[in-house]
Amino acid sequence: MADVKPRIKLDKKEVAQGGVIEVKTLVSHTMESGQRKDKDGKTIPRKILNTFTCDLNGKTLFSANLESAVSANPYFQFKIRPEESGTLTFTWTDDDGSKIQATEQIKVA
Amino acid sequence: MTSPFNRRQALALGTGAVAAAALGLRAGPALAAKAATDEAIKAFTRGREPVRGKVKLELPEIAENGNTVPMTVSVDAPMTKDSFVEEVMIVAEGNPNPGVISFHFTPSSVAEANTRIRLAETQNVIAVARMNDGSVFSDVKQVKVTIGGCGG
Repeated sequence: MADVKPRIKLDKKEVAQGGVIEVKTLVSHTMESGQRKDKDGKTIPRKILNTFTCDLNGKTLFSANLESAVSANPYFQFKIRPEESGTLTFTWTDDDGSKIQATEQIKVA
Repeated sequence: MTSPFNRRQALALGTGAVAAAALGLRAGPALAAKAATDEAIKAFTRGREPVRGKVKLELPEIAENGNTVPMTVSVDAPMTKDSFVEEVMIVAEGNPNPGVISFHFTPSSVAEANTRIRLAETQNVIAVARMNDGSVFSDVKQVKVTIGGCGG
C-alpha cells in the first residue's frame, strides 16, 4: 500500500495564532466491508483503513476510528487550530498493519 | 352518544392494531440491530443517557446511492482546554454493523467533521458526542436509501 499517494488540501498554510485551517483529505482504498460475497458465494474478507490521525509535530490534533461503514476512498474534511508552526503528519492505518502517510508544512505567525 | 366508543375512536383502535401487527412482523432482525446500537451507545456514554441538542448531524433526507452518503457532524462547544468535545460516535441502526465512525477532537481542532458513509437501507443515523467532563449529547437523522450500500 506504500505506493498510494493521498491527496491533501489545506485552505491556507499560514495562519495567525488562534486561526483555523480547513483540511481535506482523500485516499484511494477499496474499504472492503467484509459483507460482500464473491461469485462463488464466499464472503470477501474485511480489509479497511481502521484509523486516521492528523498530528502536528507528533501531537495528535484530530483522529478517527473507521468502521466498515465508511465509503471506499475515504474522504475527510475537518478543521484544526494549530498553536505552532511545524509538520502536519497524516496517517492512515490498514487492517493489515500497513500505513499510508503524508506530510504538510504549516506556519503559525 | 351513549355508546362507549364513537366511530372515530373505533377507527383509531383498528388502525393502531394493524400498525402494531405490521411492526411485530419486522421486530426480529430490527430489534437485534437496535439492541446492538443501544449497547454501543451505552458503552460510549459510560451508562449516561444522552441529551438531545448541541450535536448537529447533517445528512441528505434521501440518499440515492447508499454506498456514499455525505455526512457532516458538528458540536456546539467552545473547544478550550477546559471545555471541549472528546469524541463523537456515529452509529447506523439499520447497518449489519451499527458502528460507522468515531471522531476524536482536541482543543486544537474545531468540533466539526465531514466524511462519506455507507448505509444499507432506510434507517436512523445517530450521532453521540461526549464532552471532556463526561456529559453526552445526541442527534438523530432518518435517511431514506434508494440503493443499499452493503452486500451486492
